[in-house]
Amino acid sequence: MGRHRILIVEDSPTMRQLLVFALKRLKDIDIVEAQDGMDGLRKVTSDHFDLALVDINMPVMDGLKLISLIRGEESLKSMPIVVITTEGAKEDRERALALGADEYLCKPIQANKVLQVAKGLLKVG
Amino acid sequence: MSEKREGLFSRAEEVLGLFRKGAEFTQELLRENERLRREVARVETQQLAASDEHEWEKLRRELLARIASLEGERSDMLERLQSVEDENRHFTERYIEIEEENNNLASLYVASFQLHSTLYLQEVLQIIVEIVINLIGAEVFAIYVLDEKTGALSAVASEGAVLSDFPVCRMGQGLIGGALASGETACSEEASEEDEIGQPIVAIPLRVQERPIGAIAIHRLLEQKAGFTPLDHELFTLLAGHAATAIFAARLYSQSERKLNTIQGFIDLLTK
Repeated sequence: MGRHRILIVEDSPTMRQLLVFALKRLKDIDIVEAQDGMDGLRKVTSDHFDLALVDINMPVMDGLKLISLIRGEESLKSMPIVVITTEGAKEDRERALALGADEYLCKPIQANKVLQVAKGLLKVG
Repeated sequence: MSEKREGLFSRAEEVLGLFRKGAEFTQELLRENERLRREVARVETQQLAASDEHEWEKLRRELLARIASLEGERSDMLERLQSVEDENRHFTERYIEIEEENNNLASLYVASFQLHSTLYLQEVLQIIVEIVINLIGAEVFAIYVLDEKTGALSAVASEGAVLSDFPVCRMGQGLIGGALASGETACSEEASEEDEIGQPIVAIPLRVQERPIGAIAIHRLLEQKAGFTPLDHELFTLLAGHAATAIFAARLYSQSERKLNTIQGFIDLLTK
């Protein structure tokens, strides 16, 4: 297997750093960070990624809009997306999953949970 | 003449071949005979043991002793297996504990790293807000800063409600003022009513050594957050020291920058 590329789309530098810390434990991983939805869209359309972690509440373009745009793009339809958000309501979860998110994690996150979900979606041990 | 000799040799070869086969057959018979003799001897010993009560008893005792010895060995093996399983369980538990500790340390490191990554007050306040939302999981909270001249504690950054919704407190009074005066994190059992900023559920004092700087008052946690975890308490301790130092340093930096600009202005005025 080659290296896996993960895109983190999150406006909070604290949260981005924490996610990088958690994901760096995976072998053969390249992590790219984006600070809002628009930045994320630019990066995801100009490069290949095996997984995207997306926050919902972000400036410029929110996470839900980003997910719907990603799912509208034929070449990105199969890329797994994990939502990481403070929004814990059932309807928020359902909306994100209906738009095409594969997993929905609520903040405050546990590094182990993120790692476990990433491993599952990347199909790595 | 030569044909006659060749015929003679060929017959001699045939006769020799027959002899060789005979010798092999004889050796085979001897081996079979030996095997049968040993078999007969074994059967005779068993018959003797079966017919002789004493021999039979000896054999039975030997077998019982062997069974007892094997039972002992089995019991030892089971004990060792149990001990290895216990050890394995212990290691698994320790691994989980260490993993959790590692995650907590990563969170504390990130929080500390971010807090000291800037010298601008607004950025420091924004980082504290991010830590309280993302790492603690608070929905409604405010960061208070103490005015040393008046002793008033005013909210300078908030989340979940506008700044003006958070009342001004006095040093030493109420949960927030009391926490700052004592230097101890204060918790309250009374949660705020929905859409109402009342008593906070926790007040974290921000102090640099003994010098009070401000406080963080958390009024409500995120829907999915059931309560505070041991990591949250570690974060309270970290915020109490590091956030206070970061705010203090940022304010000093801002003051010194202002003074530097003023002095620079004077120098420019005098030298022009």
